Amino acid sequence: MNLDFSDDQKFLQDEARKFFDKEGGLTNTRKVMDESLSHDEALWGKVLELGWTGIRIPEEYDGLGLGHLELCVIAEEIGRALAPIPFSSSVYLFTETIIKYGSEEIKKNVLPKLVTGEIVGTYAVAEDMSAITESTLSCAVEGDSVNGAKIAVPDAELATHAVVLVKGTKGPELRLVDLNSDGVEISLQKNLDKSRSFYKVAFNNTQSSLLGDQGSGWESHVHIMDQAAVLFAFEQVGGSQQALDMAKEYAMERYAFGRQIGSYQAIKHKLADMYVAVTLAKSNCYYGAWALSSESSELPLAAATSRVSATKAFQLCAKENIQTHGGNGFTWEYDCHLFYKRSKVLSLNLGSEASWKEKLVSAMEKTNTLN
Amino acid sequence: MDFNDTPDQAKFRAKCKEWLDSNAKLKDAGKRINVESNLEELIAKAKVWQKKKYDAGWAMLHWPKEYGGINATPIERIIWGQEESKYDVPGSIFEIGLGMCGPVMMQYASEEQKERYLPPMAEGKEIWCQLFSEPSAGSDVAGLRSKAVKDGDEWVINGQKVWTSGAHYSDYGILVVRHDPDLEKHKGLTFFFVDMKSPGITVKPIKQITGTAGSGAGFNEVYFDDVRIPDSQRLGEIGDGWKVAITTLMNERLAVGDAKGADVNEALSLAKDKDDFGQLMIKNQAVRDKLADWFCEANGLKYTKFRTMSALSKGEAPGPEASITKIVSANKLQAIGNFGIDSGDMAGMLIDEEDGMSSFQAAWLGAPGLRIAGGTDEILKNIIAERVLGLPQDPRADKGLPFKDIPSGK
Repeated sequence: MNLDFSDDQKFLQDEARKFFDKEGGLTNTRKVMDESLSHDEALWGKVLELGWTGIRIPEEYDGLGLGHLELCVIAEEIGRALAPIPFSSSVYLFTETIIKYGSEEIKKNVLPKLVTGEIVGTYAVAEDMSAITESTLSCAVEGDSVNGAKIAVPDAELATHAVVLVKGTKGPELRLVDLNSDGVEISLQKNLDKSRSFYKVAFNNTQSSLLGDQGSGWESHVHIMDQAAVLFAFEQVGGSQQALDMAKEYAMERYAFGRQIGSYQAIKHKLADMYVAVTLAKSNCYYGAWALSSESSELPLAAATSRVSATKAFQLCAKENIQTHGGNGFTWEYDCHLFYKRSKVLSLNLGSEASWKEKLVSAMEKTNTLN
Repeated sequence: MDFNDTPDQAKFRAKCKEWLDSNAKLKDAGKRINVESNLEELIAKAKVWQKKKYDAGWAMLHWPKEYGGINATPIERIIWGQEESKYDVPGSIFEIGLGMCGPVMMQYASEEQKERYLPPMAEGKEIWCQLFSEPSAGSDVAGLRSKAVKDGDEWVINGQKVWTSGAHYSDYGILVVRHDPDLEKHKGLTFFFVDMKSPGITVKPIKQITGTAGSGAGFNEVYFDDVRIPDSQRLGEIGDGWKVAITTLMNERLAVGDAKGADVNEALSLAKDKDDFGQLMIKNQAVRDKLADWFCEANGLKYTKFRTMSALSKGEAPGPEASITKIVSANKLQAIGNFGIDSGDMAGMLIDEEDGMSSFQAAWLGAPGLRIAGGTDEILKNIIAERVLGLPQDPRADKGLPFKDIPSGK
């Protein structure tokens, strides 16, 4: 039985944590919020220098050729630091799609540049204020030409390329689009978490290349979502743990009625509930990491379980962290709101909690496994 | 990451399997497990199985070699438990003895006493119980009031213990009592072992909310009326009772208390098979939402256990994560029981004439006990907050006071 990360992976995680601390931690997140930036350029530059965007890219395309487990430990630290960088969109979603579904030519052209940062990618799905399905998809491709619009696309201003889920003649397709090509219009959309940026991206006869097979785009999309769900869940676990740590620290420092508020059972039990949620989420994420890294057929179940569990944990820890801080927690000055907002945005990025619960129960119906 | 045994563990598992295969039958998956309703038969069968294990060296794996064990690692104990649980064998009535009483005897009893008491305990000839909780000392177990008064070479015990599992069939028990109410709460306690057949001991099974009493490893009240215990049966120094009790409880840290009974798989099967509101329950969004939540909990506990085992497997001390097990599983059991009962709508409360209670009804009725036994939800949350997260203790109203001056209500 070895449901644990290796010493090398733990070392990488430790280095990642120290790196984000050294680079300023939450002050970067605040800077992006306060100055209405799309991301933290300096921090992103350093992440590129460290080679993290190429963790999963094979060495023949200039990447580090490591596995998903290395990505999991980095994700947890990004989540803990609320790092304001386009890592999830470019790495978990875009890069993974190119690795899995790109033609040899596309891989040769794109992957090395993802390592250097010349190419930054994103992934465009949503079209309106509801969960998208195969039949509601309206953004369409004819020949190689894409028409329609996507909303809530992360990091689209910085991104040079996007994977776009579109309706094709034989069913949904994943399409690679160069965002500098003709007919692309990108506009910023306001959102709840100003440390992350989302855009409307409209396509007007925009040229694109097919990723994977015609007609199997929906399955490819679902698979990429499942993979990314595990990685997003690690970010959420990192965020939950940090929110719990903050609440704990404050409960030790703050006095009321002549004693530390952490000595009251009302606070203790609140924090114990947070600990329980984080522990369940973390264990589910380890299961997800195993399924992801071993390419198990259990991935749909494991991904949905990690995702739902981590979404619940981060939302609980983020809101109860504010509650533990009392009035201070509701001020701009204290950091609690950064976690509250990030927890909401992370819970929606790949589809809401309800949509992942639906995937989870569908997977349970198929596999019926809990030994 | 993988879920495989190391070569050594695989070898050990194969050895367990080989012996179990030739000495027991695998459980029949489709069949309901036969629960022995007759207590004497249950004990007789359990004793035969224990003796068989003892003769072959499987009875007390974790005990040191000098006391007949093999010094098994925690992971080996888990592997044995995993394998044994696949077979149709009697439930153990020896766990308290082997897990708690044995180790405390090894540490504190005289050589002569160890020779006299440990082998019959391991062999299953003599059964042991643990006498800690009292009517006015549950969560605050150090607040116990049973008295020990020294009389020559003997101690005279008066008082009452409660929630003593198996006291009605036990031969010996370990006991913590108050020798001096003028001392502070934790300082006035002394630890003994006692012959349960001593004059003055009365055991009364507790009738629980399930309506049962004295069945299986049921709970008891144990009354001490001028019971005499020789001073030679004292374990530890006078006044060290709390320290010895804590050592005893530490020996049971591995027993993480997964609440057994109807789980998410049963809820899923029910939802797939049964109609409600004119359609299969599984089609109902509210049902799906609950199934997802319970799966996250059940699966989270399963892999939490795997993480603990991974640490043990590498010879590392496990993290504190196992501390969530009972809180989560007992509450989940209660909720799933409730769900199963409610699926019967107006008739959900009816008990089947032939089959008796459904697994959901049994879960719902048993779950309140599981949320209390072995540490209430509230005490376990305090433990997580104080020992895992490091939050300060509550200010205590009894601190520094002689025990007799502590406010006690009724």
